[in-house]
Amino acid sequence: MALETTLDQPKKKVWGGGISPFNVSWGKMYMWFFLVSDAFTFSSLLIAYGVMRHRFTEIWPKANDVFTHFPFLEGHIPLAYVGLMTFILIMSSVTMVLAVDAGHKRDNKAVAKWMLLTIIGGFMFLGSQAWEWYHFIEGNEQGAYQMFDGRIARIATDPTTHELDMNTLVLPSGEKVTGAAAEALKAKAEHIHGANMVRNQYGHPLFANFFFFITGFHGFHVFSGVIINIIIFINVLNGVYVRRGHYEQIEKTGLYWHFVDLVWVFVFTFFYLV
Amino acid sequence: MADHQHTGDEKEEKKHGYYTGDIHNQFVEEHRVENAVGLIWRTFWILLAITVFEVGIAFTSIPHNILIVVFIVLTVVKAYFIIAFFMHLKHERDALKYSILLPFILILYLVVMAIAEGNYLNIMG
Repeated sequence: MALETTLDQPKKKVWGGGISPFNVSWGKMYMWFFLVSDAFTFSSLLIAYGVMRHRFTEIWPKANDVFTHFPFLEGHIPLAYVGLMTFILIMSSVTMVLAVDAGHKRDNKAVAKWMLLTIIGGFMFLGSQAWEWYHFIEGNEQGAYQMFDGRIARIATDPTTHELDMNTLVLPSGEKVTGAAAEALKAKAEHIHGANMVRNQYGHPLFANFFFFITGFHGFHVFSGVIINIIIFINVLNGVYVRRGHYEQIEKTGLYWHFVDLVWVFVFTFFYLV
Repeated sequence: MADHQHTGDEKEEKKHGYYTGDIHNQFVEEHRVENAVGLIWRTFWILLAITVFEVGIAFTSIPHNILIVVFIVLTVVKAYFIIAFFMHLKHERDALKYSILLPFILILYLVVMAIAEGNYLNIMG
């Protein structure tokens, strides 16, 4: 009965042992500090992106010129698709926190339902990201011309109608070249489409490198989160937490899942908005 | 929140949960947040409204410098709502809150230093 004595008469000192000073379980505290370290990793990546963006301000691609597609719709539609991805991830965060809440109420069926919806949301986000990557890698029909020094000459577009002017090239400096000069430039340059780790039709290749690394690293976090959620979902179906008597595992998983949503909020701002 | 009304010696007894009493004797929390579901959906609508607002003002003729400041402020607001209500940090003890949040002062420091460095490299060509 030593245990009950500890519970009934806690020691006077908060850090004296026998009680939980932070009022959290060790597992949850580990998760929090893991997330702090992971947040530092993501911060460093985004800061590195910021440095290179300020280093190459003049020739850095604008996200609104790069990500302009929306499924089943034609034309120039920037931001809408990534806005939808943000909505999907926020929505799956809501279903996750509802699963945590159902766990507090010891409602196993409701926990299973909300976990399943969270997993579906995670897969929807991963699919959306694959679609986004596909369009970035493929590029567009007109492509761009990579000059011998590696810089990109883009095909001019009307700033309001977004119609292409195939006879005019825009140099990284903003200077426009038309007619015979443009033809001469095209003859010496390489016609490229899309982006990969070494070249990027939309501008500086570093933009593509950071895009692949940061959204890829985030996407891998989402993928791991989905796998963890699936394991927890199977446990819920098998009644593991009914037997255990509490649903704290859902909370710990939930912390990780919300963190993934949190990182996306920052990626959305720094890659697409500013 | 009856827990917050305790004073003096009772403060040390303040608990948000119980010990499992099994071999691990793990401390398990029980958040007694009133109207938790209502709070979740309110947070969701706030996050959605901010996101829609951000996408909306991106296409206006507001100068880009002002937009950047607005976007970053709104991002921090969104982060606050996710951390405070989805991750329940608002309902944790102050000691835990500060041990999680204070290290990010270093990140702010790194942002200022690194962006200044980026601008310097740009000027140097």
